[in-house]
Amino acid sequence: MTAKKADVVRPYGDTTGDGMVQVSFTLPVPHSKRAEGAAAQLAEKMGISPALVVHSKPMGPDFTFFVVYGPVHHLVDLSAVHVVEREYPLLSAKEVNAAVKSRLRRKLVVVGACIGTDAHTVGIDAILNIKGFAGEKGLEYYREIRVVNLGAQVLVPDLVERARAEKADAVLVSQVVTQKDAHLHNSREMSAAFREAYPAGRRPLLVVGGPRFAEGAAADLGVDRVFGKGTTPGEVASYLVHALLPAPAPAAAARPTGRKSA
Amino acid sequence: MPRSSAPTTLRLDPVVVRKARSLARRAGAPVVKLARTHTTVSVERATLRLAGLAGADVERVPWVNHLVDAVRAGAGLEHGVALPVWDALLRGEADDLLTLAQKAAAGSVSFRVPEGRDAVRASKAARASVSTGIRRVDASRTTRERLVKRLGDPAQRPWIYLIVATGDIYEDIPQAQNAAREGADVIAVIRSTGQSLLDYVPEGATREGYAGTYATQENFRLMRAALDDVSKELGRYVRLTNYASGLCMPEIAALAGLERLDMMLNDSMYGILFRDINPVRTFVDQRFSRQVHARAGIIINTGEDNYLTTADAVDAAHTVTVSQLLNEYFAKEAGLQDWQLGLGHAFEINPDLPDSFRLELAHALLARTLFPDAPLKWMPPTKHMTGDVFRGYLLDGFFNLAGAMTGQGILLVGMMTEAVVTPWLSDRDLALQNVRYVLNAASGLTEDFRPPPDGFIQTRARQVLSEAVDLLERVVDDTLLEAIADGTFGLMKRPADAGKGLDGVVRRAGGYLNPAVDLLEEGATR
Repeated sequence: MTAKKADVVRPYGDTTGDGMVQVSFTLPVPHSKRAEGAAAQLAEKMGISPALVVHSKPMGPDFTFFVVYGPVHHLVDLSAVHVVEREYPLLSAKEVNAAVKSRLRRKLVVVGACIGTDAHTVGIDAILNIKGFAGEKGLEYYREIRVVNLGAQVLVPDLVERARAEKADAVLVSQVVTQKDAHLHNSREMSAAFREAYPAGRRPLLVVGGPRFAEGAAADLGVDRVFGKGTTPGEVASYLVHALLPAPAPAAAARPTGRKSA
Repeated sequence: MPRSSAPTTLRLDPVVVRKARSLARRAGAPVVKLARTHTTVSVERATLRLAGLAGADVERVPWVNHLVDAVRAGAGLEHGVALPVWDALLRGEADDLLTLAQKAAAGSVSFRVPEGRDAVRASKAARASVSTGIRRVDASRTTRERLVKRLGDPAQRPWIYLIVATGDIYEDIPQAQNAAREGADVIAVIRSTGQSLLDYVPEGATREGYAGTYATQENFRLMRAALDDVSKELGRYVRLTNYASGLCMPEIAALAGLERLDMMLNDSMYGILFRDINPVRTFVDQRFSRQVHARAGIIINTGEDNYLTTADAVDAAHTVTVSQLLNEYFAKEAGLQDWQLGLGHAFEINPDLPDSFRLELAHALLARTLFPDAPLKWMPPTKHMTGDVFRGYLLDGFFNLAGAMTGQGILLVGMMTEAVVTPWLSDRDLALQNVRYVLNAASGLTEDFRPPPDGFIQTRARQVLSEAVDLLERVVDDTLLEAIADGTFGLMKRPADAGKGLDGVVRRAGGYLNPAVDLLEEGATR
């Protein structure tokens, strides 16, 4: 009974079940009593009731900014939440190196780039540069991975060319700054180019990442895996091992080292 | 111009400072020589723009591109575009530049490099024509000086710099005017993503851009006129900023000079490192664009903040100093004055690091002390803005405080929604509140803030300077072009014989003529 109850939750302010939320927004209404009433009306319609308009401030002659607090009556059903759970075990750098060494018997080649007009290499660099991200070292740090970071604004044909020349096992593409779904168009263009350039089933593993991607969109984009915001180098490295170097079946069952869930 | 009340608190060894400058000069000199012995398609196109050639064909290919391409195909660019073009005009191939460009685009003009008396006549005609553009640049500068005198500069320092970026010039205009009313002293119109890699300047008023608005002559004119209106309304001169970078740096600089833009982003190495533009192309284009900026009274903003977004802001702090010193050398060589050097730096240290704010103060104070007469451009955090807008707002407050305490000249207003959305109306309002609160509460701290001589801040500043000197020594030994090729800056390897725009670089021949360069270097008007 208690287990079932835990599946339904409400926002938490300072007491279990109080449902408190805080929102801020702007209305194109001059600052006035009426504007505050309008804010309260919007909040009520959003399900915040009673709505407390705690702050309202004019922004120029025609706009008002509001901060609103209040409880929502909606319930969150945790059993109906669907997300992409990590489908691979998280490995340490040592485990990744060992897996590459024993199963591939050569270095794993990763080619990375920002494609399109995006000049922001912070995503690809966070994953590839030794410096890394969130306290984890990037793929360059992995002894058994050879990293070719092409940097920003790489043209798709150049990326394909280079992936071929380097005999890439995996191609990592980052898209950080994007507008009008450019990151989706670019990713599709990229995957199509690889499909054309390689015989079926021979192309390198294609991985795209960036804060605007939905993790479930891999099939739609024609790539193997999509990584969203906050992905760490360790997750990417673990995925590469999982996807490229599946453990031999009996060993997988016996393997005691893989941390199943971190 | 923002006058710096530079804190004289940081004690730097004058011998080390002199050494740093002399190393920057030695590192930069071979590159200047390169710039003096080469030209580019964009330098030549900028020359034609100064002579008054504007507009584009039905497919929106600018006439300057047609004409330069035709001259290049017919007579080569080694002697510059001026001699063959004005020789063709004198030979009666067309009555004016526009007609000549149109005929050339159709392939019905033959170009040659004139010799003897023909060359002298073509050279005189070219100079007369190009000098009209130079005089328009001069007139724009005079107008700015008159307006600043009449309307006045911002009351406070640093100047408050806000970005507008809708993609549509007609949306940008009211947003920019509102931003000015809310307190912005400088409006920057961000360019459309990817414009830096276009080898032509788009034409006309544009309404369709990605994450920014195209830089065009007409967009420049429209926005400057709108800001003139709001300047009158507010009783202070609101400045306009755009970007002289990418493959069309010289042309954009010329258009900025003609249309009275007030500041231009213009970095010596940004295009090479972050846009993979050929190093020689960049250095040649950059020198010309800076000569134009110098003449136009435009303040340049350099892009050192970018190093810190790719490399670690503590480990790579000295690369910022090195780049500032190189930017200073290249700028002064091109004729810019100290007051025109908006040398960049940024607040990008990981806030989880112990003493991160003290490190920021040390770096900011180092820049302030090294360049006491330059209006430094202080850039807000971006790398450590995580989407937690509340924490971001605090971080921006500390950024503003560091700017106030160290007497920065131009403060780019940070947005708490950095890395989340393009700024909302409320984001901008909240950000300006943050700036106003901090400046109001703490800008007097420049007077009280005296870090002890052997304390953390002074020691750190001296350490960064000495690391900068070490790096400059390596760059001098290696040559700057080799250092860029090796990945010394921003960890990116950019060899001199690769990169975008290389095919637009031409070595000058003995008889090379460019009246724009001559007029700019002589300071002449005719």
